[in-house]
Amino acid sequence: MNMLNPDAKLSAKVFADDIEQFPTRDGFGKGTIEAGNADPNVVVLCADLAESTRAEWFEKEFPDRFIEMGIAEQNMAALAAGLALAGKVPFMASYAAFNPGRNYEQIRTTIALNRMPVKICGMHAGVSVGPDGATHQMLEDIGMMRMLPSMTVIVPADAEEARKAVIAAAKTDGPVYIRFGRAATPVFTTSDTPFHIDKALTLWDADAPKVAILATGSLSYSALVAAQALSQEGIESIVLHVATIKPLDEETVLEAAKRAGYVVTVEEHQAMGGFGSAIAEFLSEHHPVPIKRLGIADQFGQSGSPGELLAHYGLDVLHIQDAVRAFARV
Amino acid sequence: MALTDEQVRSLEKQAEAIRETIIQMLVAAGSGHTAGPLGLADIFAAFYFHILKHDPKRPDLPERDWLILSNGHTVPVRYAAMAHAGYFPVEECLTLRKFGSRLQGHPERLRLPGLETTSGPLGEGLSQAAGIAYALRMDTSKDIGSPTSDVGLPMSHVGPRVYCIMGDGEQEEGEIWEAVMFAGKNKLSNITAVIDRNNIQIDGMTEDVMPLEPLADKYRAFNWHVLEVNGNDVAAFIAAVEEAKAIYEKPTVIIAHTIPGKGVPGIEFDYHWHGKPPSKEEGKQFLKEIRTMSGKVPNEYA
Repeated sequence: MNMLNPDAKLSAKVFADDIEQFPTRDGFGKGTIEAGNADPNVVVLCADLAESTRAEWFEKEFPDRFIEMGIAEQNMAALAAGLALAGKVPFMASYAAFNPGRNYEQIRTTIALNRMPVKICGMHAGVSVGPDGATHQMLEDIGMMRMLPSMTVIVPADAEEARKAVIAAAKTDGPVYIRFGRAATPVFTTSDTPFHIDKALTLWDADAPKVAILATGSLSYSALVAAQALSQEGIESIVLHVATIKPLDEETVLEAAKRAGYVVTVEEHQAMGGFGSAIAEFLSEHHPVPIKRLGIADQFGQSGSPGELLAHYGLDVLHIQDAVRAFARV
Repeated sequence: MALTDEQVRSLEKQAEAIRETIIQMLVAAGSGHTAGPLGLADIFAAFYFHILKHDPKRPDLPERDWLILSNGHTVPVRYAAMAHAGYFPVEECLTLRKFGSRLQGHPERLRLPGLETTSGPLGEGLSQAAGIAYALRMDTSKDIGSPTSDVGLPMSHVGPRVYCIMGDGEQEEGEIWEAVMFAGKNKLSNITAVIDRNNIQIDGMTEDVMPLEPLADKYRAFNWHVLEVNGNDVAAFIAAVEEAKAIYEKPTVIIAHTIPGKGVPGIEFDYHWHGKPPSKEEGKQFLKEIRTMSGKVPNEYA
């Protein structure tokens, strides 16, 4: 049975083999151009990665509002704070391993404590960076950023939602961290799919769910595919895509946990301190339920293809199904 | 244009008043930094009572000059100067570092209007100053339609100026040189950086801890204009700031040689006074020394 949430207005090709695939960083390129058209104060900073971050899409459109920083992520962060002090809305882009990996303290002091509307765009996050290996596979950024007071943390599901997240971030007063991926992933949301920074999106909704799968980033698509397959073997579930990890849509998360009774979380990040931790922290105080957190198990990544790596670290559709089945059998 | 003797004397008086307030607030706080703020009193008197375009009653004045304090631990001198300039009552200085005070141990923009930014972790001020200067230049060139005015000056150069005070020990931070490179590349002539060259840092003398010299040559190599002055001579310092305004092809750094602990002869040049406050008894003694020195500070560069 098809239990897709009609209000999510997902792509007609959502379960088709030929669903379009683009990396979420493309949404950064498109979104910054739209945000730049809407607000002349939007500027983009990049640390020598204009092509791969898609910052060059904005640069081509607004050459006077693109700032090349060279390989200097610490300067980029504090300089973005300075631009914001003088009225600009800066988006700063580099790989998440360096931004916020390298410039965390500058973000903490000059952006978060200062409450500057700087949009920190961490690219190539997670193991799905692939062949570059562990140094470039950022797996701790969600934890680092969600601990900062005043920081909003968004992990878009696909390129289309990433575009919307960028536009929404430009209109947000405070600092925002947005996490993007390198690999092309299914674009399963549409321009009609609602996106609100404070709202989780229900993707799949059974009448009598046994398990709630809460996912973030492009793995939300894997969670949806897992739910559909499980439904065919009689295991019913809810799938929530939680793009905004902070502030958390507590109401929707709570409702899903209450209805299902078991929760599986899915993220391309250390299982410790990230999205699953945020859910566990919240539910343990408001509605304790058994939770299985799928994430990287306290280790670094390695070279490989995105598919190989996601399977190896237990984050593909099959592993999600296994985790859900384990609860369904209880 | 040169300052009159009367103007110089008036600024020196302000510097004395700032020094007295610094001692009083540090004694009341029971913690904080002594040497740096005392050494910077003349520079802050020059900024708040002569150089800056600002309005204490309207700290967010759009056309104001910006003063970024990168070495945030010296903020007692800024609080004292702001209080004497009329931003808030001088008595409020005695709340420094106390629970509920707007005068945090390190400056926080959101707690006290007029601070411009939040600082303390070293090495970050020049980056922020460069961001502000870059934004100001974007806005002025947009308004004018051309980066050059009819008198041949970039418009950013005749608008608000961005001042950034840094410590010398702070020059050991890598981020400073990232910002120096950026400002040099972009010829941000609307920035005047000031280095408080007092030669001390927490663990000793800068040249023992991590040598900075030849500091002027390093900045020149990064496409900066470099001036060196006696930072305890208000007239000389103001003259350097004026000269910087005339340099429009590159940013300027003023290496201001100051005496840490200046005004209290017993602690001048003693790095042990970098990070500790005077006790009540010492405070009384220091105030006496500042008042005894009043008017007797040799002004060798005047």
